[in-house]
Amino acid sequence: MNKTIITVVGKDTVGIIAKTCTYLADNNINILDISQTIVSDFFNMMMIVDMNNATKKFGTISDELDALGKEIGVIIKCQQEDIFNSMHRI
Amino acid sequence: MINIFEVKETNEMIEKENLDVRTITMGISLLDCIDSNVDALCHKVYAKITNKAKDLVKVGEEISHEFGIPIVNKRISVTPVSLIGASACKTVDDYVKIAKTLDKAATDVGVNLLGGFSALVSKGMTPSEELLIRSIPRALAETGRVCSSVNVGSTKTGINMDAVRLMGEIIKETAELTKDNDSAGCMKLVVFCNAPDDNPFMAGAFHGVTEADCIINVGVSGPGVVKHALESVRGADLEVLCETIKKTAFKVTRVGQLVAREASKALNVPFGIVDLSLAPTPAIGDSVADILCEIGLEYAGAPGTTAALALLNDQVKKGGVMASSYVGGLSGAFIPVSEDQGMINAVQAGALTLEKLEAMTCVCSVGLDMIAIPGDTKATSISGIIADEMAIGMVNQKTTAVRLIPAIGKKEGDVVEFGGLFGYAPVMPVNSFSCDAFINRTGRIPAPIHSFKN
Repeated sequence: MNKTIITVVGKDTVGIIAKTCTYLADNNINILDISQTIVSDFFNMMMIVDMNNATKKFGTISDELDALGKEIGVIIKCQQEDIFNSMHRI
Repeated sequence: MINIFEVKETNEMIEKENLDVRTITMGISLLDCIDSNVDALCHKVYAKITNKAKDLVKVGEEISHEFGIPIVNKRISVTPVSLIGASACKTVDDYVKIAKTLDKAATDVGVNLLGGFSALVSKGMTPSEELLIRSIPRALAETGRVCSSVNVGSTKTGINMDAVRLMGEIIKETAELTKDNDSAGCMKLVVFCNAPDDNPFMAGAFHGVTEADCIINVGVSGPGVVKHALESVRGADLEVLCETIKKTAFKVTRVGQLVAREASKALNVPFGIVDLSLAPTPAIGDSVADILCEIGLEYAGAPGTTAALALLNDQVKKGGVMASSYVGGLSGAFIPVSEDQGMINAVQAGALTLEKLEAMTCVCSVGLDMIAIPGDTKATSISGIIADEMAIGMVNQKTTAVRLIPAIGKKEGDVVEFGGLFGYAPVMPVNSFSCDAFINRTGRIPAPIHSFKN
């Protein structure tokens, strides 16, 4: 299974997780894991998701999440897990 | 499972430290396009390149999007054109026609540079190879994306001094023909010793005759990432310093390996090599010279520079080799002047001279790269500089190269603007004593004794 990593970084505000998760649910994307931390007032969240049954293509989802991030005032990135595995696992 | 700190580290490398994949270069063999009629040859060359590389740019952009890593350049290298044009080209015009065909193919598939307008003449020149070399000034002046290289020496064959002498004149002529554009034609022309067949980096890329029909080579970058990692070990001993460089090089190269594998799969073209090079850009923080400063030099060029560079180059290779299944190309730190803000600063501060750069090329990949020299430098002096650099490559069994830009109408201290990835360069002084009598001797320098290994 190809997993995708979604990262959300930005100033903490109400509803970041809710809005992101709603978008994912609407597009049939299953969340496998969420971790979150706040570093000097900055909200950092990482989600591991399964997009294999998603209703849209990867590129579209990535662009729409980017737009959603702009709306909320955070940066949302969507990347295939392989880049992190390659870099951090032997 | 991947944790949030690892994800954050990778994304900070990309966003703040200029981590990118510098180039995906598709090597395409043109051997099956050979024809004795130049128009038929050009037709076949255009058809083959546009067929093989039609999806290269699109696939590069898709991979970039999927992994969130910038892939700066998508490029093509082809079989040295002197081999392809040998039976068809009777005049300089014929070779220029091939160059224009390559330029059109590159433009139509959307790649920014195409390398391989090249000749391999390390032992001798055929009439066709000499004709190609003589067509280089016009080919580079009349096209925008074509890059040219000439291999004039190797450890096995020695140095072809007739070609070295000719290249001094060709570089001057190229500068003259492109003088309205700050002699920019010379940016696309490299003279090599021990040129690799699978180099993905321009301007010296070509697709060697030992290669398969079509191949994907990838060049990684990441001076900013190494510099940032070293900031966290200031004052530590050399063991810690080396370990830090090695680990960082490993991470950077793994990204290149991933991109190479994905591109190869998507394009259905075999994966060739990953080139483990620290390739700087004029962007702030993306500088090899800054790494040398972080190691402990006031400026690149200060005493200790060669040792620091040797250490850096070796650790990059040690870290990178394990990260990739096939390593090749130039693989080492690049030290171009114009493409590296730290190098430019060092030249402008008076810390870095042409002679010191020459010493530095003994211990890193490539050679005297993107150096602007006064426009009135004699062709024989340029040949002398080339000969020195080729000798370093020949004796040390490594690749060396020369990419000099005689800036017509400019003198020491002036600045030449190239724009974009090529940056700008201060014009550096050249030793003005003559080497005419040496360069005017015909023939070749024999191969060194240690090349006889059989």
